[in-house]
Amino acid sequence: MKPPAFHYFDPTTVAEAIGLLQHNENAKILAGGQSLMPMLNMRFVQPDALIDLNRIKDLSFIRRGTDTFEIGAMTRQRDIEFSPEIRADCPIVIEAIENVGHRQTRNRGTIGGSLCHLDPAAELVTIAGVLDGTVEVTGPEGRRDIHFLAFPAGYMTPAIEMNELVTGIRLPIWSKTHGYAFIECARRHGDFALASVAALIEVDAEGRIARAAVAVGGVASVPLRMSEMEAGLVGQAAGDDLFKKVSRICETIESAADAHVPAGYRRHLAGVLSFRALRLASMRAQKRRAS
Amino acid sequence: MTVTRKIAVTVNGLRREAEVPVRLTLADLLRKKFELTGTHLGCEHGVCGACTVLFDGVSVRACLMLAVQADNHAIETVEGLAAADAPLNDLQQAFSDKHALQCGFCTPGILMTLTEFLRDNPVVSEEDIKIAISGNICRCTGYQPIVEAAMQVVKARQGNPS
Ligand code: FES
Ligand code: FES
Repeated sequence: MKPPAFHYFDPTTVAEAIGLLQHNENAKILAGGQSLMPMLNMRFVQPDALIDLNRIKDLSFIRRGTDTFEIGAMTRQRDIEFSPEIRADCPIVIEAIENVGHRQTRNRGTIGGSLCHLDPAAELVTIAGVLDGTVEVTGPEGRRDIHFLAFPAGYMTPAIEMNELVTGIRLPIWSKTHGYAFIECARRHGDFALASVAALIEVDAEGRIARAAVAVGGVASVPLRMSEMEAGLVGQAAGDDLFKKVSRICETIESAADAHVPAGYRRHLAGVLSFRALRLASMRAQKRRAS
Repeated sequence: MTVTRKIAVTVNGLRREAEVPVRLTLADLLRKKFELTGTHLGCEHGVCGACTVLFDGVSVRACLMLAVQADNHAIETVEGLAAADAPLNDLQQAFSDKHALQCGFCTPGILMTLTEFLRDNPVVSEEDIKIAISGNICRCTGYQPIVEAAMQVVKARQGNPS
């Protein structure tokens, strides 16, 4: 298996990369290559030009602002996994990223690549959804922001123009006492999830849920934010009965049968995992509040 | 359309130059241009881990990189673990001791994966080893002897050989 022939460019600046995108039809952007390279080897994609971003140093960074992390698109998954700042202030990202492929693929794979590939079962996609991330996109006219929930235009298709480049993502930081959980079910460690659930919870002094965010990955064609579930949680006393009740909302998710599992299986998993994730997130929130 | 580029790569400490088609993978650069056939190709799409090498010290799948991306970078392959006329290194010896290979197809990839992992994590459990090699497929051993070999190295490097 060999990739098809293509012209290869390795720009060192974002401006240069965008210029190349404008002047090359049927171009593909190469980030970490952990999804694109297999597709090239199998010739599922046959670009005329390959624009490799790996020499653009400016796109690899993790910056902590007052209430957000800003992460450059070419930041390796490995660098996120081992960032002490993210571990301290945004631990759900770490819990999720440990499920992204394997060590060898995280050493190369980038956050921008995962987000643009937009596999609905990808862990970082679910995380960007639950955190209300903002995607930073740069094109010939400059930079614009897209809220992550508006980023998928459809199945594995980001809502950006052909001459635009995702250059970074901003992830809001929750309070010091928030609880979090990322749980997925995959047949083997490192596989894409059959279903995954990311949950964030804040509880008040009375044990009531003050804030909640839940996202389900792998079940529908795009990552789902469970706003109805969130509305059912806020203001209620945290507890198993409540979590059981709201998890039932997953029964309404539309999911089709596929090569791996029958219809409804992923939906069922989403319900089970929602309950577990909510319970774990709330336990952690209460523990962090008490300490 | 044959587009080529001149590259210079440090392989197992030796600087080497080559002119390569831009679509050549790093794995094929090592195997075909440099005749380092210790790096194996099982699936060529990132699933089996047989092609694992170290790129600037970290493990990567050589079938998922282009040779041109290695320009001015350092690669380590299984051939670099011990010189041809030298004894096996401790990890290789442990694989031999514990029968951690049968056909040996997966072995170079697993050795390189563990080379990085045990360098960065000197104190680990069996469970950690299992997760570390979860990206490498072995169809012969059932993995248990591989885990035992790795644990032998962990213990020996801490000064208490098993
Ligand atoms: S040959 Fe590279 S992962 Fe299988
Ligand atoms: S020893 Fe044969 S595949 Fe591992």
